[in-house]
Amino acid sequence: MADTVPTTAAGASSRRRGSTRRNTIISIVSTVVFFALLVLLVALSPGAEKFVDAFFSLSGFNDSFSSVVAGFWLNVKLMLIAEAIVLVFALAIAVVRSLPGPVMAPLRLVALIYTDVFRGIPLILVVFIVGLGVPGLQLAFISEQSIFTYGVVSLVLVYSAYVAEVYRAGIDSVHRSQSDGARSLGLSQGQSMRYVVLPQAIRRVLPPLLNDFIGLQKDTALIGLLGLVEVARAAEQYASSTFNFTGYTMAALLFVAVTIPLARVTDWLIARDRRRMRASGG
Amino acid sequence: MSVAEPLLQFEGVRKTYDAVEVLRGVDLAVAPHEVVCLIGASGCGKSTLLKCANLIEPVSEGRIVFAGQEITAPDVNIDKIRRDIGIVFQAYNLFPHMSVLANVTLAPRKVLKLSEADARERARELLARFGLADKAEEYPDRLSGGQQQRAAIVRALAMQPKLMLLDEITSALDPELVGEVLAVVRELAKSGMTMILSTHEMGFARQIADRVCFMSEGVILEQGPPDQIFTAPQQERTTHFLQRVIEAGRAADFARTDV
Repeated sequence: MADTVPTTAAGASSRRRGSTRRNTIISIVSTVVFFALLVLLVALSPGAEKFVDAFFSLSGFNDSFSSVVAGFWLNVKLMLIAEAIVLVFALAIAVVRSLPGPVMAPLRLVALIYTDVFRGIPLILVVFIVGLGVPGLQLAFISEQSIFTYGVVSLVLVYSAYVAEVYRAGIDSVHRSQSDGARSLGLSQGQSMRYVVLPQAIRRVLPPLLNDFIGLQKDTALIGLLGLVEVARAAEQYASSTFNFTGYTMAALLFVAVTIPLARVTDWLIARDRRRMRASGG
Repeated sequence: MSVAEPLLQFEGVRKTYDAVEVLRGVDLAVAPHEVVCLIGASGCGKSTLLKCANLIEPVSEGRIVFAGQEITAPDVNIDKIRRDIGIVFQAYNLFPHMSVLANVTLAPRKVLKLSEADARERARELLARFGLADKAEEYPDRLSGGQQQRAAIVRALAMQPKLMLLDEITSALDPELVGEVLAVVRELAKSGMTMILSTHEMGFARQIADRVCFMSEGVILEQGPPDQIFTAPQQERTTHFLQRVIEAGRAADFARTDV
C-alpha cells in the first residue's frame, strides 16, 4: 500500500506510520502494566497462597480433568441440540407474531402469551417444573424421557421466548418499503418474508442472537440441578471429595474457550457481509 | 387509440387514511400504449393513486379495472394481478442483501417459476439494454442512485408487465443523475409500454406524455394533451401550480449556472 503513495505525500505517510507504531507500543505497554497490577493485587493479598492452591493447583487440573471434560461434553451436547431447536422454533414464533390480518389473531395471541410467560419465569423454575413435574404426570412417552431431554425442553422453552423477540425486532426493523417492493413484484406474503425480509432481519440481529446463545450455553449448567452430571456438577463432585476448587476454574475455562471463538466467528461473518454489501468507499 | 378498450380504469376511487381523505373520487382511463403523467403539488394524491393501482394500498371506495378485470373485487388474487403491473418507487426499494442480478431474477424465478438459467438470461438481456451489464454481480449499495433506479426499473420489467407505474422515480436522485433514468423511461415509452408516472420534471412530462393529469386535493382537476395543459391550462389552480414550478425551476437554474 505504501508503494502507491505518491512521493509528495511520503513525508505525511511516514509520519502516519510513526504515530501508528507509537500507538501500538502504548497499547501493549498499558495492557501489560494493567495485568501485572492485577496479578500483583492477587499475589500480595493475605490469602494469596491458599487461593492459588485452591483454584489453580496443578494436581487439581490433572485429577479433575477427565471428569470435568466429560461433564462439559454433556453441556456441549445440551447447547448444540437446544440451540438448533431454538433457532427454528423461535423463528416460527416471531413469524407468527408478525402475520397480518384478523384471521391470524388467535395464533398471534398464542405466540404473545407464550413469549410473555416464558420470558417471565426464571429458567431454574422451568427446569424444576419440567424435570420433576412432567415425569410426575405419569403419562405414556411424555413422562418417560431422560433428564437430558427434559433439560433440552426447558432450555428451548425459555430461550425460544427470548430469541423470538430478537427475531421480531429484526423483522420490524426491515422497512415496509422492502416488503412493498417484494409484493409489488407478485411475491406472496410468505415469499416476501422468506426471500426479502428474513434474510435482512437475521443479518441485523446476529450480535444479539449470539448474546442469547452464550447465555444459553452458560445456563446449561442449571440442568445439573436435575441430577445430570454436567460440568458444574462434575466440578462440584471433585471439590467435595478433595476440598479443592480447581475443577471450577477448569469448567470456567472450558466455557470461555467455546464462547470466544464463537464471538470472533460472528464478528467475522458480520464484517464479511458488510464488505460485500456496503459501498466500498473508494 | 381512443377507441381501444382502456387497459386500466379508475372509477370513483376514494382513499381515506384514518380521517384524512387522500383521494376524493378519481376517474381515469388509460389506453394501451398510452403514457400518462400525473403532476401536482406534494400531497395531492399522485403516489397514493399509483399505489392503489398496484393494490399496495387498498382503495376505500370505487373500483379499479385492469385488462377487463375488476382488481378491487374482494375475491381477486392480488399476487396474480401484480405480475402484470410493475411499479417503481421513488426510493428504488432494491433488496440490499442481493446482487443486482438476484434482485432482477427473484420474482421471475419464484413467481413465474422460470428456471434459474432462463431468469438469468432474461435479466442479463434487460440489464444490457439499460447499460447495467457490468453491474449484474454488484450489490445495490455499491451503485449510484441513477444505476440503482435503472436496476429497479429492470427488476420490474423482468416480470414482463403490461403496465408500468413510476412513482416520482427521479425525486431522490442528484440532478446530474436524473437524465440517465429519464432516458430509460423514454425508451420504454418508445417501445410501446403503457405507463402512468407521477413526476416533478415538467419538461420531461411535456416531452413524453400523451396526456397530462393535474391532480389537486385528491382529484384530477384537469387533463389533456401536454401542450394544452402547459400552455393553455383551463383551471386557475393549474395555472398557479405551473407558475410556481416554473419560478422554482428558474431559481434552481439560476443557482446552478451561478455556481
